[in-house]
Amino acid sequence: MRTSDDTTKLVEEASRYKYGFTTNIEQDLAPKGLNKDIVRFISQKKNEPKWLLEWRLKAFETLEKRKDNLPTWANLKYDKIDFQDIHYYAAPKSEDDKPKSLDEVDPELLRAYDKLGIPLKEQEFLAGVKNSHKVAVDAVFDSVSVATTFKSELSKLGIIFCSFSEAVATHPDLVKKYLGTVVPVNDNYFSTLNSAVFSDGSFVYIPPGVRCPMELSTYFRINAANTGQFERTLIIADKNSYVSYLEGCTAPMRDENQLHAAVVELVALENAEIKYSTVQNWYPGDKNGKGGIYNFVTKRGICQEAHSKISWTQVETGSAVTWKYPSVILKGDYSSGEFYSVALSHNCQQADTGTKMIHIGKNTSSRIVSKGISAGRGQQTYRGLVSILPKADNTKNFTQCDSLLIGNDCGAHTVPYIDVRNKSSDVAHEASTSKISEEQLFFCLQRGITEEDATALIVNGFCREVFKSLPMEFAVEAKKLLELSLEGAVG
Amino acid sequence: MLKISNLSVSVENKLIINNLDLEIDEGKKVAVMGPNGSGKSTLSNVISGKPGYDIKEGSIEFEDTDILKVDPEERATMGIFMAFQYPVEIPGIANSSFLRTAINSIRKKNNIDPVNTRIFLEEINQIASKLGLDKSFLSRDMNAGFSGGEKKKNEILQLLLLKPKLCVLDEIDSGLDIDSLKVISKGISEYSNKKNSMLIITHYQRLLDHVIPDEVHIFNNGKIVESGDHNLVKILEEKGYKEFS
Repeated sequence: MRTSDDTTKLVEEASRYKYGFTTNIEQDLAPKGLNKDIVRFISQKKNEPKWLLEWRLKAFETLEKRKDNLPTWANLKYDKIDFQDIHYYAAPKSEDDKPKSLDEVDPELLRAYDKLGIPLKEQEFLAGVKNSHKVAVDAVFDSVSVATTFKSELSKLGIIFCSFSEAVATHPDLVKKYLGTVVPVNDNYFSTLNSAVFSDGSFVYIPPGVRCPMELSTYFRINAANTGQFERTLIIADKNSYVSYLEGCTAPMRDENQLHAAVVELVALENAEIKYSTVQNWYPGDKNGKGGIYNFVTKRGICQEAHSKISWTQVETGSAVTWKYPSVILKGDYSSGEFYSVALSHNCQQADTGTKMIHIGKNTSSRIVSKGISAGRGQQTYRGLVSILPKADNTKNFTQCDSLLIGNDCGAHTVPYIDVRNKSSDVAHEASTSKISEEQLFFCLQRGITEEDATALIVNGFCREVFKSLPMEFAVEAKKLLELSLEGAVG
Repeated sequence: MLKISNLSVSVENKLIINNLDLEIDEGKKVAVMGPNGSGKSTLSNVISGKPGYDIKEGSIEFEDTDILKVDPEERATMGIFMAFQYPVEIPGIANSSFLRTAINSIRKKNNIDPVNTRIFLEEINQIASKLGLDKSFLSRDMNAGFSGGEKKKNEILQLLLLKPKLCVLDEIDSGLDIDSLKVISKGISEYSNKKNSMLIITHYQRLLDHVIPDEVHIFNNGKIVESGDHNLVKILEEKGYKEFS
């Protein structure tokens, strides 16, 4: 007869990674290693203006001063990263001869997207969704954006949605004005590294009074072996504007640990709203913890002016190591920040994730809902900071951290930091840890539901509050991903 | 339909069911009555396949198949349904989603296409109103925050939806007020027919006044100590369990 041990086994065996394949596209590689010449090489490859090269070089100098001073406070164990053993630039060869339309895109690349089930082709986006949800995709393959869709429709509204490199060329003033203002170059080791060698990413600008009519979406994909990925994304929502941005990731199976250190900066001006949703499914490594992505990400938004709003929603099921704290600086009065998170760690995955809500302005509010799921030998830490500065009168924060354990060898940890320096604020923190109970599981089985489906059902129920805050098509994807990640749980 | 032979079951080395023989024929309603701790719930759990019980000897045959080695979800697919004494809460999952997942799981195993959404909703709405449940009942989280009566009604709702061959009702009457008891009894009686069977496990007479059993067995110390027709219920009610040990 079954016991909970079988459930444990099921999760342990859930490591078959559906998207484990690599495509054979010739890479234009920078030599391994990190030095000023490499920084110059990257900048030159991208035809960057002088100011940006200087910005990168300054970041590199800061990095040198830092030596190998990596953040050590996270609850993570991983092998030392040899930063000299990494290629800092890789681009599909076709980059030199950029395709004018998708028909000209390397078929090998399109097949890779097909395997991932990513509907890259424009007609596929349009099919059946003409007047409902249009999704524009700025597809990033390794370091270089190869296809951008819906640009013309967006540009009619004055919306700029393009690769970061393109924005540097076409809208240098905007990039110059905001780059590094939310996440300073010297914020942490990985943000410094990213500033020196960032490859590409997305740039979004929503003009005043414009409500972006579609979800903007980027699919990131890491492909080349030994290639660090250093995306740089900058989103600016001008006064009274709104944008919802989706980021989704899958990666092919590789044995080497791949380093990913992205920086995402969001700026919301007066009465603007930015909703940033992520579904992250990078290769988590095999059952024994071999391989997998190291994900060290700095994501931060600033509610620069009054009544602005920034909302982060993330579903994190991938990566061997996750170090990520999407944060909001609530500077404008009456601004609000939200953080909704589902993080799953199974097998040997480790995640140290959470958020920071920095209340500076008066009457600011923040809401944190974190749902952590640990299975196998997975370790999960919620680490969050709620900081209320002296002048932030009448601020509100609500934090809820729930952990769900599947099996007996996993762990869940909650590390909330609460720093309140204003007496008029209202801060609430709730936390819970539970296990999927035998009773719940048996109840489902007795109704004819398989153990695998029952586990998925219970986990989905646990995550519902977060899924509710995702755009609908993304919520469906997130649910599927969670089910996929728990697949094979039946022993 | 169900044939239990020579069954002995223990939990943590304590013998709970002792050499039990019990047969339930097609179309019959069989009541098992017994005091607390007599092994009644163990019996229903073992029939439905709950883990954690040590089967020392004997067999349970359902439609001539020995089911002791069959997984619980497989038993459900074969048509065995247990109404839980303490229905479980599943937060975050709407009652109707749970019901649809359940019915489609069983259909899938039997190679039947998933249920049509419209037909499904019509049917559960019909059943819900029969049980005096508001429509909103179906969109609430599975059993979360339900009253005792609502949870028990929800068990009957599932029974009426899944249409099992064998219904094991484990103290379906506990914690019910008189009105709810009547509604539930009516649901059970209406479902009962010549093709299905009922195993009704209870302490009390009151349910059996509404659902008249064909056979009554008094259970004590893990075995049947007295059997009879529904008149036995009255005798038991007068004399108490002490007389039957």
